[in-house]
Formats: sequence, structure tokens, C-alpha cells
Amino acid sequence: MSQTTKTIEVIHKPEFIQGNEFKFPIFQVLKQDGATYKGAKLPEMDQEEALKIYRTMVFTRVLDERMLAAQRQGRLSFYLQSTGEEGTVVGFAAALDDRDMIMAQYREQGALAYRGFSVDEFMNQLFGNELDYGKGRQMPIHYGSAKLNYMTISSPLATQIPQAAGYAYGQKLEGKGLCTVTVFGEGAASEGDFHAALNMASVHKVPVIFLCRNNGYAISTPSSEQFAADGIAPRALGYSMRAIRVDGNDVLAVYLATLAARKIAVEENEPVLIEAMTYRLAAHSSSDDPSGYRSKKEEDVWRAKDPIARMRNWLIKKKWWSEDEEKQLQDSMRQEVLDAMKKAEKRPPPPVESLVTDVYDEVTPQLHEQLEKLKMHVRKYPDAYPKSAGRMTHG
Amino acid sequence: MAKMNLLQAINNALDIAMAENEKVICFGEDVGVFGGVFRATSHLQEKYGRARCFNTPLVEQGIIGFANGLAAQGHMAVAEIQFADYIFPAFDQIVNESAKYRYRSGNLFDVGGLTIRTPYGGGISGGHYHSQSPEAYFAHTPGLKIVVPRNPYQAKGLLLSSIRDANPVVFFEPKRIYRASVGEVPEEDYELPLGKAEVLKEGSDITLLAWGAQMEYIEKAAEMAEKDGISCEIIDLRTILPWDVDTVANSVLKTGRLVISHEAPLTGGFAGEIAATIQERCFLYLESPIARVTGLDTPFPLVLEKEYLPDHLKIYEAIKQSVNF
Ligand SMILES: Cc1ncc(C[n+]2csc(CCOP(=O)(O)OP(=O)(O)O)c2C)c(N)n1
Repeated sequence: MSQTTKTIEVIHKPEFIQGNEFKFPIFQVLKQDGATYKGAKLPEMDQEEALKIYRTMVFTRVLDERMLAAQRQGRLSFYLQSTGEEGTVVGFAAALDDRDMIMAQYREQGALAYRGFSVDEFMNQLFGNELDYGKGRQMPIHYGSAKLNYMTISSPLATQIPQAAGYAYGQKLEGKGLCTVTVFGEGAASEGDFHAALNMASVHKVPVIFLCRNNGYAISTPSSEQFAADGIAPRALGYSMRAIRVDGNDVLAVYLATLAARKIAVEENEPVLIEAMTYRLAAHSSSDDPSGYRSKKEEDVWRAKDPIARMRNWLIKKKWWSEDEEKQLQDSMRQEVLDAMKKAEKRPPPPVESLVTDVYDEVTPQLHEQLEKLKMHVRKYPDAYPKSAGRMTHG
Repeated sequence: MAKMNLLQAINNALDIAMAENEKVICFGEDVGVFGGVFRATSHLQEKYGRARCFNTPLVEQGIIGFANGLAAQGHMAVAEIQFADYIFPAFDQIVNESAKYRYRSGNLFDVGGLTIRTPYGGGISGGHYHSQSPEAYFAHTPGLKIVVPRNPYQAKGLLLSSIRDANPVVFFEPKRIYRASVGEVPEEDYELPLGKAEVLKEGSDITLLAWGAQMEYIEKAAEMAEKDGISCEIIDLRTILPWDVDTVANSVLKTGRLVISHEAPLTGGFAGEIAATIQERCFLYLESPIARVTGLDTPFPLVLEKEYLPDHLKIYEAIKQSVNF
């Protein structure tokens, strides 16, 4: 028997332990006005790092606003915002080693921006042009960067969670002192993949951080219809894993929690679960209208807890930031996004050959034949296939 | 008769089935208050209550496993998988469980009350995870029925039949034409037979066969071909499993030619199965090889989806090639 035999209390009546008796506390350091809680210890963070975090949060919000507008103008097929969740996303990214792997869901553009994904790189993916690393195969927001250790996003939910456990196991075997962070929503945490991942990771002692963005909704489904228990954090206990619940709109708390989680993961080879309590302020995506399933009043309550405003208040209190600088930053970022968008829009789509590459390491004879047939067809009806006809060498 | 789009027809069928039989239960991700991401289940929760129309947690294997249990217990479970691309987490429950409940228990138990509804197909700029046509994976599984309607009238009649059929049914809804396909639909209850193809138009030179959203392209291609003096017979297969061999074979015996079109990749696609069977049944009557117009043998792309998809022009070319063989 491999079960460790500690002294176990024996009872003689059928007394059940109630699953939700235990309530997870929530870790918070910053108040909304930027003051710190008594007894809270702030991270050792210099002005430069603090401003990098802040600028990244502002950047993703500007990007989100502009791109949603572009979608509404019909310039973009789809978009998905991280508005309201920037504190969680940039906070965790800032606490990592840049060589740690990130396996995200789709609302984590802030983490990628923090690592240095450029505006142009964002735009090329969003417009699926010839410079998109994903070669125009996936919908907008499915970013990826090998250089920045950011695994390309896959739409099927939760599939990245067990993969993160496996990736991190490999990192452990290589002894590089690195870890993997995988991000997912509280909705995705219902998938079988989530449960499988936690179990695999704890049994095999894997340096992985499971980060749940609990933003209250999975499309229209409120978390009350997603799970009956006290959120996601308690699930770690069943897998003998450490867990923490953190205020996801408190970027410094998320940063501190991730820093501590990373230490556990890397130094002890143990998985950790972080549940960040936040709110999806925007619609689920550009195809969604939240007025059908939640109230404006509820949204306003959360708007008042804006993570960007909270950090700004803190920075201003510290005299590291001013309203003037704020205005300048907003204006310059808007311009930067607009310029990049115009440039990316003008770039041609990937060539027709890209349809058959990367299915395998080499193009198979069948695919080659199918491509040739397709090209002949496009040459015959160039007006019907303007995207590829415009780029084809005629002959 | 009322004018309905395909979604409204589906909603109407669900409404009729739920009103008639309180054992009909609809559930899936976001199907409750919101009425599903495409609004196919609009107002059903309002009308029939939370116990009979509800949101599930986000777990497809759970949805279908739950549905299997509910159906085994005697209810008519109508489960929605939000996109056919996300049916794969439930693959085990469908292929190993739903399909084999009756067989493995010697008919002691069955999940005949189960219907899985799911939007499939491309042409909506959905990239490869919101565009797939996975019918062939399920067509390889004895014990399932697979149904694909092409318009609102078909959708309502076929869905009512599927819900009431004594076998598990996977009902693929062509999401590209959810709103675009509008037609006259009787308000009252009616059923269309499963396992039966429909001859839409008679012709003498060539048989054109497809299902779901491809029907629109087949019809358009036929119009083009008719202008060239080619008489096309058009068949909507409607049920992929079990499929109506007789109707297709009889047509090909008459026309001597067959073009089959589907969105899914060529290799292992259901057109291959049809071609093999028709070749067996009609070998001496065939005037040209059976042609398949399908997606490429690649995952579904985003930017070049027009190039990827079989459309009226590609079908028209196949018709001409077949006739001029
Ligand atoms: C396996 C799978 N099922 C369904 C979907 C469709 N879908 C996309 S996002 C989403 C909701 C996700 O909610 P959550 O995980 O809480 O993340 P959030 O959007 O709130 O950030 C659903 C159901 C999907 N992408 N993958």
C-alpha cells in the first residue's frame, strides 16, 4: 500500500464533511484608491518595472478598444477583449522568467505584449496577412510566438491545460529551473482536461502553475451555473496541491502570488493553482451581446474596480506617474495601433501554397496534386478567388 | 405556413417536441436564458422551465455522458454541442456509448431518446475550429443516425423525426445558412423520414448529390450546367447514416453519372463510401468515373477559405468533366 498511514480519526456515526464548508480567503494588497492594506507587503519593484506593467495594461486596453471598433467597421472578422482582466494577465506575466512557457486560453494578449510582441506582430495575426506567423489559418486573437515562449492559442477550450503539465514535466527533466503557466477561464475548468491535468501534475510533481481567470461568465453562463462549490481554488485540495485565491484586479497581488507560486513550482517541483477573481467587463467576443444575460448595474459595480485605474492611483500616489503622462501615453498608443493596423491591412494574404504546407513536415503527393488542381481552377476563375488569384504567378 | 429561417424552424421543432412530451429535455452550453449562441433554443427555458431547458457546465463529455444516462432512463435528451468542432471531447461518449448501448446490452438498455444537435460547416470566417464538417467520423460508427438538413422546412421535419426516433441521432445544422436560408414552413407538427434521400429535381444526364449547406452550391452549379444543355438530377441525401442507397443508385442507373460534394476533406470523406457503393451497384451503367468535389486534405483555413471550400464553380467544372469524359 502506498497510502501514507497518518493517524486517521475514526468516527462511529455517518457524519459527512460538507464540500463547501471551507471558504478560500482572497489575497489583496492594493485598495482601489491606490493605498495599500495595512499589513500588506508590496513587491520590491522599481519604477521602471512598475511602469512597464502599467503601460502594458494600458496598451492592451487601447488595442482592445481600437480592434473592437475595427471589427464593428467590418475591417476585422472577429475580436475578443481582455477589458477588466488586465491586472490578472499582465500581473502574472511580469512575475515570470521570460523563458517560462505560457500556454494561454485567448484573453491573455497582455502577457504576450508584456513579453515584447510588437504592435505589428499583433496586427499581422489579426488580419491574417502574409506575415502572420499562423499563416492566416486561425481566427483573430489566436496568437503565438516561439521566440517569446508563448504557445499558439487553440480554440478548443482546456486542451492546453494537460499539455502544460506535460510541457513542464519536460522542463523538469531538463533541469532548467523553468516552469509553465497555463491560463484558462472558470468555464474551461469544467472540462475533463482540467481535472486530468491537475491529477497528472500532482502525481508526477510537475513545475506548472494553473492560473484560472475567474471572470464570472462563460459566454452567457454565470459561474453559479458553472459550479456549485466555492470557485476553482478548492479543487486543488482534492489533488493534494497548493492553491491561492487572489484579487485579479489587483495587479500587485497577482504579481506576488505568481512569484510565490513560481518559487514552489521551480524549487519544489510542485504544481500550484491560482484562482484570480476578476470580471469580464466586455462582451464575450465581438459576436456576443451581454445585455441579454446580465445587468448594466452589475457591470458598473465592477467598472468601479478597474484594475488599470487601481494601479494608476498607486503610481500617482508614489509620484511615479501623472495625469499629463497618462494623456500622452493614451494618445501615442492609439496612434501606434492605428498606424500598425493600416499597414497590416494593406499587406497581402498568405499565398495559395500556404493552404497545403505544415499539414505535415513535407507536402504529400496528394496535397501537391490537390494544390495544382486548385491553382488551375483559380486561374480559370480569378474573379471568384481574388485573394489568391491576385498573388498567383500566371502560367 | 409561416416564413422561417433555419434557426427559427429548429426552435419551432424543439418547441413542438417539448410541448407535446414533457420527457423532452434540452440542454447544453448557454442554451438557457440566452437561447444558445445562435439562439436555436430561444424562449424554451421561459416556456418550459429550468428543469427542462438549462445551461450545463462547459464540458462536452459531461453533456453527452449525462444525456446518455438521461436517455437510458427513458427521457428524450436533446443535447446541444455549441460547434461541431467541439464534439470531439464527447467522442468517446458518442462512439463507444451512445452508439453501442443497445447492442452491448442485448437490447436490455438503449439511448434511443438521444438527439445531439450541433452546428457544422464553414463559410463563416470561423477558421479551422469553427468550420469543420465531422460527419464522416460518425458515419464510421454503427448504431448512430446522422442527419443534415438543407433548409428550414427540412430542418423542422427532420429534427422532429430525430427527436422521436428510437435511436441516437447526431443532427448537424448548416450554420452558414442558419439565417440566410428562409422558406415556408408549416406551423403544425410534421415529420420527414430518416434514412431517405430526396430527389429535388429530375434530370437525365448526370446526378448531383450533396447534403446540408452544399445543396445551395449544387443547385447553383446545376443552373450553370443546364445553360450548357446538361440535364441534372439533384439529390439531397439528408441522412448520412444509414444512407439511402436505392434512391441514389436508381438515379445513377438512369443518368450514368454522379458528382458528390461535401465540405469535409476528400480522403476518408463520406463521398468515398458513396462512390464505392454506387460503383458496385451501377458499374455497367457508369459513363464516367464518379467525381468528388470536396474540401482539401488539410485542416480548415481562415483567410483562404473560399479557395478551400467546394463551391458552385468547382462543382460546375466537375459536371463538365464528367459529361465530356
Ligand atoms: C471545447 C470547447 N467547447 C466550447 C467552446 C466554445 N466557447 C468558446 S469560449 C467559451 C466560454 C469560455 O468561458 P471561460 O473559460 O470561462 O473563459 P472566458 O471567456 O470567460 O474568459 C465557449 C463555450 C470552445 N471554444 N471549446
